[in-house]
Amino acid sequence: MLGAFPHAMPLEGLIGGLMIGVAAAVMLLGLGRIAGVSGLAARATGIADSGAPRGIAIAFVIGLPLGAFIIAQIAGGIETRFPPSVIPLVIGGLLVGYGTRLGSGCTSGHGVCGMSRLSPRSLIATAIFMASGFVTVALMRAGGLL
Amino acid sequence: MKQILVALFAGALFGAGLAFSGMADPARVQGFLDLFGRWDPTLAFVMGGAMIPMAIAWIIQRRLDKPFADAHFSLPGTTLIDRKLTIGAVLFGTGWGISGLCPGPGLADLAINPLPALAFVGALLAGMIAHRVTS
Repeated sequence: MLGAFPHAMPLEGLIGGLMIGVAAAVMLLGLGRIAGVSGLAARATGIADSGAPRGIAIAFVIGLPLGAFIIAQIAGGIETRFPPSVIPLVIGGLLVGYGTRLGSGCTSGHGVCGMSRLSPRSLIATAIFMASGFVTVALMRAGGLL
Repeated sequence: MKQILVALFAGALFGAGLAFSGMADPARVQGFLDLFGRWDPTLAFVMGGAMIPMAIAWIIQRRLDKPFADAHFSLPGTTLIDRKLTIGAVLFGTGWGISGLCPGPGLADLAINPLPALAFVGALLAGMIAHRVTS
């Protein structure tokens, strides 16, 4: 099916996506909250004054590396190919941090939770950040940065 | 206490899903955004997979008076599509493309590849603080 994209992982992607969706559903139906990682991270660190109770935010944020660690242990390692320099990590991090607060969400809150709710606000935010990501990477490729 | 455990479980399952799906790998995410290079469609499968349980969850949510482990639903009610939303999304998408990372994978990677993940997460929090002090 994906012979043109030999490096794709459609099955792992689908199963991992289902896990992410069930995790977000547990937050929604269990605690009545959106599993928005940027909002929960801001709340856990005290950067945001409103939102989920801090205990809930901290527990969810600690869970993220914990779950990834468990999978890495089971799988005998997970591939994480980071940019070779710290510069794109820092510039990217600053833009992601500022942008998610200004735009009230990221891939999880607007993407997973908002799109499945058919929230027009989240559909527009997701379309814009996807387009922005496509353009950014196209420019990086054109500029010889990839 | 029950709420803390539910949140920890949800976070761990979310992080496990990120790791299992390949989304903890910045190069794979960047590969999805790289339409003119070696395009990698995996992220679309992850998004599609995540939509299925969540679409069902929203249908169930409409029939509930309150969530199973909390007193009431605390869901965003904003419908405003304004400059903040659009500019925020543009900036986020730019940073996402530059690094191949968004907040979930950045935090999950602290357990797998701590040093570069810490560089990203440190900058992420600095960006959030910058937004707080300028707004």
